[in-house]
Amino acid sequence: MVKTLFYIEDPVINQTLYEVSDPEIPVLSIMDMGIVRDVKVDGKKIDIKITPTYSGCPAMDTIAVDIKKALEEKGFSVDVELVLAPAWTTDWITPSGRKKLEDYGIATPLEKSMDKRALFDGERIVKCPQCQSHNTIMVSQFGSTACKALFKCEDCLEPFDYFKCLK
Amino acid sequence: MSNQKLYQYLLLLGDNSLILGHRLSELCGHGPSLETDIALTNMSLDLYGQVRSYFQYAAKIKGDNSTEDSVAFLRTEREYHNSILVEQENKDFAHVIVRQFFFDVYHNLLLDKLKSSKDEIIAAIAHKSIKESDYHLRFSSQWVRRLGGGTVISHEKTQAAVTHLYPFIHELVSPIPIEKEMQELGIGINPDDLRDEYFNQVQEVLNEVNLEYAELKERFARGKTGIHTEQLGYILGELQYMQRAYPNMQW
Ligand SMILES: [Zn+2]
Repeated sequence: MVKTLFYIEDPVINQTLYEVSDPEIPVLSIMDMGIVRDVKVDGKKIDIKITPTYSGCPAMDTIAVDIKKALEEKGFSVDVELVLAPAWTTDWITPSGRKKLEDYGIATPLEKSMDKRALFDGERIVKCPQCQSHNTIMVSQFGSTACKALFKCEDCLEPFDYFKCLK
Repeated sequence: MSNQKLYQYLLLLGDNSLILGHRLSELCGHGPSLETDIALTNMSLDLYGQVRSYFQYAAKIKGDNSTEDSVAFLRTEREYHNSILVEQENKDFAHVIVRQFFFDVYHNLLLDKLKSSKDEIIAAIAHKSIKESDYHLRFSSQWVRRLGGGTVISHEKTQAAVTHLYPFIHELVSPIPIEKEMQELGIGINPDDLRDEYFNQVQEVLNEVNLEYAELKERFARGKTGIHTEQLGYILGELQYMQRAYPNMQW
């Protein structure tokens, strides 16, 4: 299910927000990540609401600063507010975001029940982003960040991150 | 309802995550394997994130220049309301896992109910947090099964942890007055309502791998009212050191 959040009319604002990335996944824009929840533009004044992926996501403070800086450089005054509801889920990642994750070498979230089977029952259903094989095993339920798990492909032998389903 | 009561209730909700988060953070670089080290510290981070949400809200209610940091760091020992269970030390990996499992079962049941709190912010925090604690419970319950059903030694160590920690779990589901009041207002939960389901879930896993537990006698709920074991003193010594030595210092 893909949720269209809102449409940003101003191409400059839109473009600028697409250029701000999640510092932990530099290839992914915060717009693709689905963490920008609301943008209100009033002349040169912008109010932006963002939501964390995980409660303890250490990147949120940096992201708020990056958004402010990027838009201020374009001549806007910006307020960034952190909101918790509705809670972010991995469904908020856009299709182009999922594509970028795969290209970057991070396997994208499976549906919730399949995700649990891959992480807790050892089923080989996560697709290797390098060679597309499903012959993959979990190495660690938690990876370099809370949102990812570490997997290994038994065909091409490459390790890779899997973005866990959060719902 | 007075703001003072809501503030107290937020401390009660947040302090378990704060103190358990701290215990888990002590394992950073000391986990028994890289996998578990990363898992436990990530869980610590989740708990800290949840605490920030509770304490930002608490600070706003309290006013007079309170911040999430002052709420977290500048209270005295008797003003912390975490349960005795979560302050128990990381004796060995079995203790870490059993403590986590006992807490996670309770935490999930609690958050599931708090999702329908009439207080919008508490409900939002619960919606957010349960997605995370669901992973924690899967992790810890799987490890209890693995250790309890593992070798003779892993079973022995896990049994020792269960024997030590099981008496503390009664407190989690024994209400104190503020919890009853908050339930009557539709804001909080009376943990007595979680009791049957809690013991069912805990005992099911323990039974599965033949871990024994003593029948519980009624015990005083003390940590939630601010009466702690000596363990908390050591935690606060470390937790508060920077803010006490260098007041108002910032990261
Ligand atoms: Zn492969």
